[in-house]
Amino acid sequence: MKLTLRVWRQKNADEPGAMSTYQVDDISQDMSFLEMLDTLNEELTLKGEDPVAFDHDCREGICGACSLVINGDAHGPERTTTCQLHMRSFSDGDTIDIEPWRASAFPVIKDLVVDRTAFDRVIQSGGYISAPTGTAPEAHATPVPKPDADYAFENAECIGCGACVAACPNGSAMLFTAAKVSHLNVLPQGAPERESRVLDMVATMDAEGFGGCTLAGECATACPKGIPLFSITNMNKEWLRATRKSGKR
Amino acid sequence: MLMALATRTDRRPSTIRTLWDSSVGKKTVMAVTGLIMLGYLVAHMAGNLKIFFGPGDFNGYAHWLRTMGEPVLHYEWALWIVRFVLLAAVILHAVSAAQLSRRDIKARPVKYVHKRPRASYATRTMRWGGIILALFIVWHILDLTTGTVHAGDFQHGQAYQNVVGTFSTWYGNTIYIVAMVALGLHIQHGFWSAAQTLGAGSRNRDRLLKTVANVLALVLTLGFIAVPVAVMTGLVS
Ligand code: HEM
Ligand code: SF4
Ligand code: FES
Repeated sequence: MKLTLRVWRQKNADEPGAMSTYQVDDISQDMSFLEMLDTLNEELTLKGEDPVAFDHDCREGICGACSLVINGDAHGPERTTTCQLHMRSFSDGDTIDIEPWRASAFPVIKDLVVDRTAFDRVIQSGGYISAPTGTAPEAHATPVPKPDADYAFENAECIGCGACVAACPNGSAMLFTAAKVSHLNVLPQGAPERESRVLDMVATMDAEGFGGCTLAGECATACPKGIPLFSITNMNKEWLRATRKSGKR
Repeated sequence: MLMALATRTDRRPSTIRTLWDSSVGKKTVMAVTGLIMLGYLVAHMAGNLKIFFGPGDFNGYAHWLRTMGEPVLHYEWALWIVRFVLLAAVILHAVSAAQLSRRDIKARPVKYVHKRPRASYATRTMRWGGIILALFIVWHILDLTTGTVHAGDFQHGQAYQNVVGTFSTWYGNTIYIVAMVALGLHIQHGFWSAAQTLGAGSRNRDRLLKTVANVLALVLTLGFIAVPVAVMTGLVS
């Protein structure tokens, strides 16, 4: 198939960027979206032009490195990661707009690559449990009810890609933070830091310049891992509980 | 399971500070104040419908609003308590809305080149709808409580006649009906939204909450609009 690509090009964080138009021919329906971009980059390299910078790593939908807003949708038209999106989702002759994640907490570094270290700082402020290192604990020592295990797992699926922030009209990180809080707060292993985790992670999220939640629901629609919007409801509940409890001390 | 935790030596700020400084806390303030105003509006709308029983009933009801709570409370005290709570609610709600909106806009300064429709109409109009409601509240009080901008000749204690006066003008009807449609949209998203903010929503309860939000929005909008429509059609005069 032949495609017209309109790609955001930006030399570095300081210089203004713009959309540039490219033609690519010989694209197979079986290529992934990233392979399609690889093809474009090979052509650009042969012509002596600067290839388009974009993030990727595992290319199997589990690491959260790939990004891209494709025709206005984070990770494109299918509910999956960009690396798992295939060109059969497009038609011959299509024009495809490719833009970076947009949020002031995710500044553009180059072309389609944004700085997502704000997520790391949110995690550092509470997305962990305190457990002694050494040999693995006996698996049956701490029973976890099945519904809790399922709930934790559903939220643990978050790969930290940032599509939720990119899709949110307020550039809010509520879905990401809620997935982490919900995952750890429901488990006995997460209990010792249950209150400080949610208070600190929400405070860091605010401090990093992410927006607030207006429950528009765009995040949960964009999320490639299907983190439910109700995880945000749960984080609100955890936050209010922690605020009440820590106020008494 | 024994775990070695780092001892926190820093003290957490007060609950009020935590609430006001956090985007989640400020949203809680909006949810609580929004629900207070919503509760008031249900009572207000039901009271307004007394206009269909004629001037005697309606003016009697308006008078009762001033004597309610007696003899425990003095004349008009209960009314002033309600007014004070509502004033506090509307100010907290509007200030939180403004501050949160400013934060949200700052967090997403660059728009996408490729546009596509996002979120529902009610969700997208919360801010403009809120501004319409704020302007409406000011006009409404100056019109029917103080009489400052009233069209005809305003008389305290003559609520029925004053209402008929307002809805005998085209602009009175227009302002009122536009505001009530904005109110319906605001509540349709707002009620469900407040449930999520307060942690009361869940997958199982979602359909119920959305239904209640729709019913509340519809009943309030239609209930409030019934009065100007009745005046326009001559049912109330
Ligand atoms: C002064 C006029 C008002 C302004 C400026 C205003 C503005 C807003 C804004 C900007 C939001 C946030 C929307 C979002 O999350 O996207 C909101 C939410 C809300 N408003 Fe208002 N509003 C006003 C009056 C009212 C009234 C009269 C009611 C009573 C029914 C109300 C009830 C609510 C509720 C229940 C919410 C949801 C809170 C939440 O999401 O937790 N508002 N309002
Ligand atoms: S919640 Fe979903 S969209 Fe957001 S970072 Fe996690 S996986 Fe990505
Ligand atoms: S490259 Fe790892 S999820 Fe897409």
